[in-house]
Amino acid sequence: MIGGLFIYNHKGEVLISRVYRDDIGRRQAVDSAVFSSSGPLLEERSQANRRNAVDAFRVNVIHARQQVRSPVTNIARTSFFHVKRSNIWLAAVTKQNVNAAMVFEFLYKMCDVMAAYFGKISEENIKNNFVLIYELLDEILDFGYPQNSETGALKTFITQQGIKSQHQTKEEQSQITSQVTGQIGWRREGIKYRRNELFLDVLESVNLLMSPQGQVLSAHVSGRVVMKSYLSGMPECKFGMNDKIVIEKQGKGTADETSKSGKQSIAIDDCTFHQCVRLSKFDSERSISFIPPDGEFELMRYRTTKDIILPFRVIPLVREVGRTKLEVKVVIKSNFKPSLLAQKIEVRIPTPLNTSGVQVICMKGKAKYKASENAIVWKIKRMAGMKESQISAEIELLPTNDKKKWARPPISMNFEVPFAPSGLKVRYLKVFEPKLNYSDHDVIKWVRYIGRSGIYETRC
Amino acid sequence: MTVGKDVSALFPDVVNCMQTDNLELKKLVYLYLMNYAKSQPDMAIMAVNTFVKDCEDPNPLIRALAVRTMGCIRVDKITEYLCEPLRKCLKDEDPYVRKTAAVCVAKLHDINAQLVEDQGFLDTLKDLISDSNPMVVANAVAALSEIAESHPSSNLLDLNPQSINKLLTALNECTEWGQIFILDCLANYTPKDDREAQSICERVTPRLSHANSAVVLSAVKVLMKFMEMLSKDLDYYGTLLKKLAPPLVTLLSAEPELQYVALRNINLIVQKRPEILKHEMKVFFVKYNDPIYVKLEKLDIMIRLASQANIAQVLAELKEYATEVDVDFVRKAVRAIGRCAIKVEQSAERCVSTLLDLIQTKVNYVVQEAIVVIKDIFRKYPNKYESVIATLCENLDSLDEPEARAAMIWIVGEYAERIDNADELLESFLEGFHDESTQVQLQLLTAIVKLFLKKPTETQELVQQVLSLATQDSDNPDLRDRGYIYWRLLSTDPVAAKEVVLAEKPLISEETDLIEPTLLDELICYIGTLASVYHKPPSAFVEGGRGVVHKSLPPRTASSESTESPETAPAGAPSGEQPDVIPTQGDLLGDLLNLDLGPPVSGPPLATTSVQMGAVDLLGGGLDSLMGDEPEGIGGPNFVAPPAAAVPANLGASMGSGLSDLFDLTSGVGTLSGSYVVPKAVWLPAMKAKGLEISGTFTRQVGSISMDLQLTNKALQVMTDFAIQFNRNSFGLAPAAPLQVHAPLSPNQTVEISLPLNTVGSVMKMEPLNNLQVAVKNNIDVFYFSTLYPLHILFVEDGKMEAVSSRLQGSNIFTVAKRNVEAQDMLYQSLKLTNGIWVLAELRIQPGNPSFTVRLPAPALPALGCLLPCAGQPLLPSLLPRAGVSLMGALAQLGWGPSEPDVNEHQNSEPSFQLSPIRLPR
Repeated sequence: MIGGLFIYNHKGEVLISRVYRDDIGRRQAVDSAVFSSSGPLLEERSQANRRNAVDAFRVNVIHARQQVRSPVTNIARTSFFHVKRSNIWLAAVTKQNVNAAMVFEFLYKMCDVMAAYFGKISEENIKNNFVLIYELLDEILDFGYPQNSETGALKTFITQQGIKSQHQTKEEQSQITSQVTGQIGWRREGIKYRRNELFLDVLESVNLLMSPQGQVLSAHVSGRVVMKSYLSGMPECKFGMNDKIVIEKQGKGTADETSKSGKQSIAIDDCTFHQCVRLSKFDSERSISFIPPDGEFELMRYRTTKDIILPFRVIPLVREVGRTKLEVKVVIKSNFKPSLLAQKIEVRIPTPLNTSGVQVICMKGKAKYKASENAIVWKIKRMAGMKESQISAEIELLPTNDKKKWARPPISMNFEVPFAPSGLKVRYLKVFEPKLNYSDHDVIKWVRYIGRSGIYETRC
Repeated sequence: MTVGKDVSALFPDVVNCMQTDNLELKKLVYLYLMNYAKSQPDMAIMAVNTFVKDCEDPNPLIRALAVRTMGCIRVDKITEYLCEPLRKCLKDEDPYVRKTAAVCVAKLHDINAQLVEDQGFLDTLKDLISDSNPMVVANAVAALSEIAESHPSSNLLDLNPQSINKLLTALNECTEWGQIFILDCLANYTPKDDREAQSICERVTPRLSHANSAVVLSAVKVLMKFMEMLSKDLDYYGTLLKKLAPPLVTLLSAEPELQYVALRNINLIVQKRPEILKHEMKVFFVKYNDPIYVKLEKLDIMIRLASQANIAQVLAELKEYATEVDVDFVRKAVRAIGRCAIKVEQSAERCVSTLLDLIQTKVNYVVQEAIVVIKDIFRKYPNKYESVIATLCENLDSLDEPEARAAMIWIVGEYAERIDNADELLESFLEGFHDESTQVQLQLLTAIVKLFLKKPTETQELVQQVLSLATQDSDNPDLRDRGYIYWRLLSTDPVAAKEVVLAEKPLISEETDLIEPTLLDELICYIGTLASVYHKPPSAFVEGGRGVVHKSLPPRTASSESTESPETAPAGAPSGEQPDVIPTQGDLLGDLLNLDLGPPVSGPPLATTSVQMGAVDLLGGGLDSLMGDEPEGIGGPNFVAPPAAAVPANLGASMGSGLSDLFDLTSGVGTLSGSYVVPKAVWLPAMKAKGLEISGTFTRQVGSISMDLQLTNKALQVMTDFAIQFNRNSFGLAPAAPLQVHAPLSPNQTVEISLPLNTVGSVMKMEPLNNLQVAVKNNIDVFYFSTLYPLHILFVEDGKMEAVSSRLQGSNIFTVAKRNVEAQDMLYQSLKLTNGIWVLAELRIQPGNPSFTVRLPAPALPALGCLLPCAGQPLLPSLLPRAGVSLMGALAQLGWGPSEPDVNEHQNSEPSFQLSPIRLPR
């Protein structure tokens, strides 16, 4: 299991180091001539061991700069897993055959937990919350085994404002422990709201890779359903959407409805759920039922590849006029209901490294050549459906003797549309709370669809 | 403290703070203890009391904290004090304490395994598996799994259907991490039969929808393992296959680091069960801003999934990638194009042309990579794409990487006969021999030996130079050994050398980089773990006994065995194709002998042909003499066997034996005029021999027989590497020296060669008797033709019966008697053949008649059967007046016929050639 966890700043200085197992660095000390020749005391050696592991990572990974070719590095039989958040490195160290996926999942979770406690993960924040982080590390990782890492539960007994342990009643304490270890580790009991309200956000990012000829090379939508729940008690929720399998199953009873709703249903390639969702029930009945955590959480993630509405089509035309000039023309077409408005449209047209000057003419929005990014950035605030706009640019190039051809990175695009490109629709979200006296009708529910561009690229 | 400053001096003061009520402070003190207890073991004992007290604290959080910290204080002295509190905590009423205590058992076991066993903690831990709280179960499972790893023999994790059932129930309820522990533990279980396997699979599949990738991967591991036990006929098997694909694809939308782990695992899964993801090619297409490690892995999987159905798409993508920025990635993309060519035959041509396009870019590393790849394509499709060699040679100078240089050298050596200046090219590499890497040196050595065997005459010096460089001036044992082996091979038995070095190589298979099946099976059992990321068994990177237990997939149960056998081979097990898998490079032995550990199927052609052809030991004799008979050569370094020198020596020998003839000839008159020479006739028309025209005749001069050949190159290609071989014939005619064509025969060039012959070859009666079957080889092919040799070339000088006509004597035909009967001149001649047969002939000459008759009285030659007198019809009238010459012409046309004595026609028809085509060893 995880033998130790280190947090470094961008210079490779250790901010946090927590060692769970002795084996970390054991080998290096034996190997290291410096330590074996001077015959150090046992304890010195164990200190040295630890430092060795710490240093090994700094030297081999952080200081190696761009040459990191894998998030898993094996140095002297010690494996280092690292993730980077802004300029902070989190590294988990082990000497055993650990579950690698688990280690990374844990590191992400660790980042989430820290972010939930003190916001952005930065060197300053980490230094300021030094004690808290050790406390968290002690709690969520025991002997290298990840334990309950749900922020909701952790916040009940690890706080930033000092512990009121002495004031806790016995019931409170056992409540905490049962929650931390219990079946519903993500929600505490006794939550009360005057207004029972819930918000559902269907957030989709549509990914596209298109050939210059307009052929879709790959396209998929990865979507998330994020729920914000402000519900009292322990509500039992049931979520329904226009999943093809469910609709077809129901359609057996009423043949009429199948033909009507059949068109609108979507085929979901795969979906994953927050741990509150009863997976076995989903597997058998394909119904999504759960007791939600309080506040915001990600209910599900899904992926679709069929019948995706591609909100925009990019038609590139790049012409090399001689060796020092390039003509670029890009047309974008919006492909959705004219009544809807796309926002924050940004088209990024890459330019060669030896660009000396650019002249741009665009019909709509603003376009600018950004030398630092080697791209022409064309921004349009709003655009209705079924419209078309175009930009043309002349790029002057400096003559170079560099024989290597310009790699022509793809034209990428960003946008936001008020619908779900996958076609997903929320059919219902029912809330049952048998113990408290509010019913499904009393809950105020909001649903919102946002489609965003993921990696939306057209090769040119 | 944690940033590396030593604050152990404060130990007593810190310990004093232990008994605080402030939980936060307590935690900090405990943290301090964990760090420094080991350096102050005596002081640490002071803390024990507080621990024991804290373990009784009413607050479960404090109890748990105490038991957690205790386990982390790794001081032997205090471990025994821990046992009592730990025992209590294991039975604590609060699940939070129990779950912490469960992990503490594992900690204690790490410090003192014996103590844990003696105190009976293991049994308590086992009981916790039946705990009501899922998290306690999960932690107990984790602790037991870890302890079990260090005791592979003990049956600690006594998994049986009941306990499995408990685990599966807990699986639905515990945290994501707990699910991982339980799934990893389940993967170690081997169900009794396929039914149990199926029921476990059914209960595990819901986990594939979990948001945590590690849960998904661990579930995949369990399913992949238990699927082994399921019959492929089951509907459920198919359903399971279908269910596995979407979650694996979903993993690719996770964070890049997880994508990497997932991709490494998918790489294994694709090798084990290619059917799962065969339709998912598109998701592995590389995105522009994927991190490099993700890109490289995706590329790998793309090639594995490439098939005829999707090859067009894949190639288009790969071509795109080859223009990217990252050098490693571009290289891999180029390499991938080559692998596609090898894998999908239909695409080979497009791949080659794509590679040629890439070479035209002149980007150095692209060119080098392309050359390496093209070498493999040559191996896979020999004699198909060699037209590109010229383009490759153009880039020779730009190659600076060992692998590319080695590949290029291999190509030059392999196709030496088609590259005019192969020797120059190789020589240019030889200049910096010592600066090259071993790989290049080895390849250079092999290539030059190949070149030598193909063009022995011109490359004599080169081969000696490289052999001495490799054996005398090199420190590398591999190189030296290979050098000596070649040296001895060449000096002992050049024929064998040719057979060995130029042996036909088995084709390389497409899946040269497959993970070896047993390792693959083991790695499948480690899905999700580091082993699957490194693609190495845990023993390769884990020290000591931990985790070194070899895992293997469960065997199929008896019930399903009968049904699975036919289908497994193609689908599941790559072992079926295994014999074809040949390591491409680096296999010393294979590379050295250049026949690469061929499976028996590809080996035998050589052996069988040589048995079949028996008679035609092609090139055998020639090479024997080619390498001379220097006995000291066998010793090794003294090997100096210049073929050029060997030939005159041989000639001398045959001349020496003919000395007696010489003496005889001095007495004879015929020496002056020499024997009659038939004008050259076309033996092998250019049409039949890919542009090589051979015309020739036989002569006998000064006691030695020779075959005068005129070789004309009517093709557009340069011809080299000529060799000649005779089939067994009636008089044992054989070349006395190899065919010496000194320079490559360029188009429209003609050379005249006189090939000395002797009559010591093996004998077989031919029909007609003077039929000679000849095989001529050059760099293009081997050609066969047959010709009739004039018998008089076999007439030896001591065939004299009586001294008669001096002119006839010149041709060693001696007149016995001369009569004039009915206005016809009758000449009775005698002659003796090289094999000691005497021939008596009656010549009937009518004046004014251009034809005359030769008659061989049958009774005179019972041994030979009948020597048929044949009419010399094609004699030129101009020759007629010179009777002697005419007579010679008549004799020259003399043929051996069937038993009928008086057949008046000469059969000049195409002799039937019974030889089956023979392939020369390459």
